[in-house]
Amino acid sequence: MTTLQPPAAAEPRPAPPPAKRDRRSWTGWGFIGPFVAVFALVFLAPIAYSIYLSLYRNQLIGGNHFVGLDNYTQALKDDQFWQAVGRVGLFLAIQVPIMLGIALLVALALDSGRLYGKSFFRITIFLPYAVPAVVATLMWGFMYGTKYGLVGDINEAFGTSLPDLLSPDWVLASIGNIVTWEFVGYNMLIFYSALRVIPTSLYEAAEIDGAGQWRIISSIKLPAIRGAIVIATIFSIIGSFQLFNEPSILRPLARNAITTDYTPNFYTYSLSFNGQQHNYSATVAIIMGVLTMIVAYAVQLRGMRKGA
Amino acid sequence: MSTSVAAPPSKSASPLRTPRKKHTPGKPKRSLLLTGLMALMVLYTVAPLIWLVINSTKTQAGLGASNGLWFAHDFALWDNIRTTFTYHDGIFVRWLLNTLLYVVLGAGGATFLAVLGGYALAKFDFPGKRAIFAVVIGAVAVPATALAVPTFLMFSKMGLTDTPWAVIIPSLVSPFGLYLMWVFAAEAIPTELLEAARMDGANEVRTFFQVALPLLAPGIVTVLLFTTVATWNNYFLPLIMLKDPDWYPLTLGLSAWNSQAETIGGDVIFNLVITGSLITIIPLIAAFLFLQKYWQSGLAAGSVKE
Repeated sequence: MTTLQPPAAAEPRPAPPPAKRDRRSWTGWGFIGPFVAVFALVFLAPIAYSIYLSLYRNQLIGGNHFVGLDNYTQALKDDQFWQAVGRVGLFLAIQVPIMLGIALLVALALDSGRLYGKSFFRITIFLPYAVPAVVATLMWGFMYGTKYGLVGDINEAFGTSLPDLLSPDWVLASIGNIVTWEFVGYNMLIFYSALRVIPTSLYEAAEIDGAGQWRIISSIKLPAIRGAIVIATIFSIIGSFQLFNEPSILRPLARNAITTDYTPNFYTYSLSFNGQQHNYSATVAIIMGVLTMIVAYAVQLRGMRKGA
Repeated sequence: MSTSVAAPPSKSASPLRTPRKKHTPGKPKRSLLLTGLMALMVLYTVAPLIWLVINSTKTQAGLGASNGLWFAHDFALWDNIRTTFTYHDGIFVRWLLNTLLYVVLGAGGATFLAVLGGYALAKFDFPGKRAIFAVVIGAVAVPATALAVPTFLMFSKMGLTDTPWAVIIPSLVSPFGLYLMWVFAAEAIPTELLEAARMDGANEVRTFFQVALPLLAPGIVTVLLFTTVATWNNYFLPLIMLKDPDWYPLTLGLSAWNSQAETIGGDVIFNLVITGSLITIIPLIAAFLFLQKYWQSGLAAGSVKE
């Protein structure tokens, strides 16, 4: 498996000539140095800085002073924060499986060779990825409207009474639909690319054994793209936990339904930019980051252990 | 990720180099049913885009008065486009140019750094390589928005907020781009070719630009396209970094126009929001369509290592 090493194990090229190492041990730095420098500035420094911030508190009396883990204890008892976490948790539990399920079905359909106009489908379904979240949210937001939007038109034309998709009961589902629309194609492409590199010989062998299409899908295709599925799941989890753009852009259309602490990210944003509580905001962001990593890591462990 | 994933246990040559013509042995029968289901999916995908095109032909009055799925009596597309570009002393043009600036410097720079770094990871052995890899992959899991507030505070101390640099500098790092370029470089550049160039007396810089770079073209297009999307569509970063509308990118400008309807005495210009949205998405959709061949092959290479 010369060219197929996965990242973690991918260190050296297979059997590098031993002489190479000594000769240009530092040459590689000339090429990767610039990336590392900017990376340190925009990734590592902010992480360090936010840890520093989270240990301090800025007060009218006494100014900036060290408070240890006080901000963390405050956050862990903060109902607003946990409600927001619960909301993205619910979002994640429902939206991510639906989105990835559709993406997987589409990828399998494309890969089956049973479609007319395959490449048309592939590129069209991918296109929303190129649409900014702002535009996607504005389009769907206008369409959701009961007064001037599509929902209103449908109600008027057919005498139906579709619910107000921007009301508190529905708005989370409405956001879920926007996110699904944006990213189904992207995830489909990840799955499809993984499906395409399965060698035909496996299918031939399966066919000789008399395996049908469903059997080939469940015994060959799905196990072979397990890695792609795990990665797509992890990215979707990270995306859900970070939910901000869609609710924040939708808010002018749904004031009652979307509060400024609607998602953890919205909450940190409001704390920082409307409330000037930078220290507390950094603390909440760190807790959210750690939470994200724990969930992502758990999914990875589980995904890798299962079968295969 | 871990080792068990990658690809099926084929010990033979790389499947990349011998692409399969068909995915199932024999000629699978085309299915009308499956094609029909996919057509439904396409309908879901394009419905909002069709809605956008139709409604960009309406005046503000027409938007409220007509059915969203069909044209109003008056066809105002050209008027809308003209007004979009001239409204408020042509601020939309300014936003468009800002976006281009952020894309050229941000996405262009990110691609350049990713190409250099990916090449280094794929073709050199150097101290700290493992550590770099681990840290960069770990960083992908850190929610980017969690970094936003501290980055803002840092940049504001450095006097960078409310300048283009506040948007450009964070855009310069693309861990995904680095990963993709690394995989792609490992695949596309035969080490012997580099050795040969060095034997001929080319120094490392020349070897990179004259031997490696041409071979990396499809990978570069792919990374450039994806970093362009990320920069063109970026909303959160400029939102926190910029106060001055003169530096807004298109995304932020459109969102500002949209909320303008809310302010007391604010001019309601949903027709311009819709037309502006249409103008914003056309370049990227066009780029993806025209460059299909390149980025799809680039992505396919990346997926091998997943």
